[in-house]
Amino acid sequence: MKTLNRLALAVSLSCLSQLPLTAQAGEVEVLHWWTSGGEARAVDTLKQMMQKQGDTWKDFAVAGGAGEAAMTVLKTRAVSGNPPSAAQLKGPDIQEWAGMGFLTDLNGIADAGKWDSIMPKRIAETMKHDGDYVAVPAGVHRINWLWINPEAFQKAGAKVPTTLDEFFEAADKLKAAGIVPIAHGGQNWQDTTIFESLVMAMMGPEDYHKAFVETDEDTLRSDKMVEVFKTFKRIRNYIDPDAAGRDWNLATAMVINGKAGMQIMGDWAKAEFTAANKTPGKDYLCVVMPGTQGDFIYNIDSLAMFKLKNEANKKAQQDLARTVIDKPFQEVFNLNKGSIPVRNDIDMAKFDDCAKQSMKDFQAANDSGKAEPSLAHSMANTSYIQGAVFDVITNFFNDANADPKKATEQLVASIKAAQ
Amino acid sequence: MADLSRSKRWSFNRIAIHATLLVACAVYLVPLIVMLLTSFKTPDDVRTGNLLTLPVDWTLIGWIKAWSTVHEYFWNSFMITVPAVIISTFIGALNGYALSKWSFKGSNVLFSMLLFGCFIPFQVILLPMSFTLGKLGLANTTTGLVLVHVIYGLAFTTLFFRNYYVGIPDALIKAARLDGAGFFTIFWKILLPLSTPIVMVSLIWQFTQVWNDFLFGVVFASGSAQPITVALNNLVNTSTGAKEYNVDMAAAMIAALPTLLVYIFAGKYFVRGLTSGVVKG
Amino acid sequence: MSLSEVQIMRTGTSTSVRKPDRLQKWLPKLVLAPTAVAMIVCLYGYMLWTAVISLTTSRFMPVYNFAGFAQFERLLANDRWIVACKNLAIFGGMFILLCLIIGVFFAILLDQRIRREGFIRTIYLYPMALSMIVTGTAWKWLLNPGLGLDKLLRDWGWEGFRFDWLVDTDRVIYCLLIAAIWQASGFVMAMFLAGLRGVDSAIIRAAQIDGASLPTIYLRIVLPSLRPVFFSAVMILSHIAIKSFDLVMAMTAGGPGYSSDLPAVFMYQHTFTRGQMGLGAASSVLMLGAVLAILVPYLYSELRSKRHG
Repeated sequence: MKTLNRLALAVSLSCLSQLPLTAQAGEVEVLHWWTSGGEARAVDTLKQMMQKQGDTWKDFAVAGGAGEAAMTVLKTRAVSGNPPSAAQLKGPDIQEWAGMGFLTDLNGIADAGKWDSIMPKRIAETMKHDGDYVAVPAGVHRINWLWINPEAFQKAGAKVPTTLDEFFEAADKLKAAGIVPIAHGGQNWQDTTIFESLVMAMMGPEDYHKAFVETDEDTLRSDKMVEVFKTFKRIRNYIDPDAAGRDWNLATAMVINGKAGMQIMGDWAKAEFTAANKTPGKDYLCVVMPGTQGDFIYNIDSLAMFKLKNEANKKAQQDLARTVIDKPFQEVFNLNKGSIPVRNDIDMAKFDDCAKQSMKDFQAANDSGKAEPSLAHSMANTSYIQGAVFDVITNFFNDANADPKKATEQLVASIKAAQ
Repeated sequence: MADLSRSKRWSFNRIAIHATLLVACAVYLVPLIVMLLTSFKTPDDVRTGNLLTLPVDWTLIGWIKAWSTVHEYFWNSFMITVPAVIISTFIGALNGYALSKWSFKGSNVLFSMLLFGCFIPFQVILLPMSFTLGKLGLANTTTGLVLVHVIYGLAFTTLFFRNYYVGIPDALIKAARLDGAGFFTIFWKILLPLSTPIVMVSLIWQFTQVWNDFLFGVVFASGSAQPITVALNNLVNTSTGAKEYNVDMAAAMIAALPTLLVYIFAGKYFVRGLTSGVVKG
Repeated sequence: MSLSEVQIMRTGTSTSVRKPDRLQKWLPKLVLAPTAVAMIVCLYGYMLWTAVISLTTSRFMPVYNFAGFAQFERLLANDRWIVACKNLAIFGGMFILLCLIIGVFFAILLDQRIRREGFIRTIYLYPMALSMIVTGTAWKWLLNPGLGLDKLLRDWGWEGFRFDWLVDTDRVIYCLLIAAIWQASGFVMAMFLAGLRGVDSAIIRAAQIDGASLPTIYLRIVLPSLRPVFFSAVMILSHIAIKSFDLVMAMTAGGPGYSSDLPAVFMYQHTFTRGQMGLGAASSVLMLGAVLAILVPYLYSELRSKRHG
């Protein structure tokens, strides 16, 4: 039976594939940290798709700290002269690696696949170095979401907020009803997730860009930024005292079981709700972070392709790039991750309402220039600027006596010291 | 010197001592109990219950799922651990022997330098080591990883054996040499047969270190030959997606099983070996 | 009698050095050679390389653009580094001290002909067998105010109980301490138990006959004779303290804020995830320097006193 299957596969492959089958099968080794339930399923699909094309898949998963461990591994692999075929890399990191000459260009496949026309310019630019494609995008996450437990809101008599004022009104009502208003985990990236959502809400996309992408000093120490810090501090009153160190998913669990009313978190939070058998629109609501309607803070998942020596592996690498951008994978991957496909021409019928809205908003924001990269998720700036900002923000948030005005000065100083 | 209070059988003191020891046992066991209880719960149960509540219904889901995810890596870990432990123990024994019984000018300096080397944080050596392994053609191979474990395990194994052999009378060696026995003959015929306790200490120590290692495993192993700690980390440290603590804890128990068994069944040799070796410095 | 004396004696007795003897003389060095080479390259060579990198502007990957001591200046001006160093002083000092106290205490208790000694000993020892990747998670829950002990005791009726060190920036380091002591104290206990078994009971009986009380005997006679055990224990404990990494990453990741950061974590994050390789290298150079400053005198005095003793 097994041999029969294999035979059938081989026959069908030799018929289907336009390229002549080489005797030597290529191998792709992919370094990634997509290891949670849904993500693992998505990677498994990719593996099968690759195997169908006759390539060998060598899985290289290293989870931990939003890719921290994986980055360590990648650096040591590169130093030893033995990089993987592809690695999960993000915006500015792609530029760093490409700048050091580690990445291979994918222009051939990109031209054949018309990448320039099927994906928004903003994504395309993130994937390019000096005009050459060096990475392939898998999906887009939106950061500025607010997750709401409608039952808790009803109990507290709060209404779904659309402005920051309403947001705090709702928080007050929740607090009065004995519900934790905002579920939060005190980790630096979570603190910064809230912070950047506030910056977007209070300063708008232009100043957001100036502050986080250009690290413009005047914007960073502007009065508006002081106001953001003040509001940020106000949020502290609405989280429970035990938030420090809590994982984001435990915070989400608080929203799921009604202990907390809402959470500011990217759309991967959906996976937690799905795992708890909750339906969007009924058991939980996804609304855009108040004050950021129409704005889109994005986080793109992508695979960067490394220069290889072995010819067969190079071919397999090209297959990988082609497969990732193909519609079937884009659909499966993003359904599992809670994100949206990078392609403009994909049918969203299978996606839920949150994803549909995300897609709509992303396309609109791209046209209006209101889509900005996330700093908390390594999209807006280099890892050292990001680290410097993390330190200031998380310290401010954890220090009850911190002064907002001083914090802006620290932000400027800390960024300067890291540069 | 064990029978200081034999005369006062079950006096107040003895009851107090036993009570103190048992309370301490309970404290030491709490994390293990929490892990075990959690591993038998359903995810919903974990979400709603508290740490020390018994599972509402006992289930093996967590264990089954954990085993299916990590079982391949379990074997990998053995492939790495067994050679690394044996080689580093053997070289450590030879080193300890040479340093204690054939000391020469500079041997103490060598030993001190080796000891100091234990204090280098291993994160420091990741990049230069991977560069070296790349040059040797051992990058991301199990052989390379074993080599790394051996190199950085040597300081401790050498320490164990040196301190143990210092306690063995020099007269024994001298007599053997007068009989014409050479360096290796003395080692094989005289010292090694006396070394069982310290060999146990070295084996247990190294087994624990290598088996529980994550940093070297993740950096120097190839993707498909990663040790179980890497698999465990991938399971536990997922960044975005649903978390299943029952599976995490079950996987942790599976990963810890070999070392736990070693401590349970070989623990007495460990203490015995420590008695005769390490602590005599 | 030292080996050199033995050698003198031997050359004195035999008129000429025979060939196998010369080989015998070189064999020990030959046996130690691989270890020495590995040590010089993989410990001291890499340390030197790190020192070189600390003088460069390396960020993302090693580059050899020398910048003098600029990285050290930046490091010393970095508040996070200062916090990490203070934490290590508190953590390391208390960890070593408390592990020794707890270890000695339980070793003495266990040495009193305890029933099921093996069973109890195994329980004290088992934490050493577990990796922190997961026990860290278990501890994080246990010490978390909303989930663990705090909640448990309140559920059991102790309403006023509050244990929130894990979320308190000033106290979080003690949470790391608790987990670290849990892991290592049993091992120290085993070492001291082993040491106690080696003490000659005749000495103690003699002291008892002289009328000395049990605590006096332990404090004045037994413990001083265990000096080598203290030495080994301090070596192993300081080794664990300086390298504490998994523990921090699993329990607090350095938070809240960066109040529970330790130098090893600082170094790792700056070198590998923050693209500040030069700064990370500078921090490891300072760490090694500190170890050198503290350890070498201790090592020296211990080895010296041994030679005289």
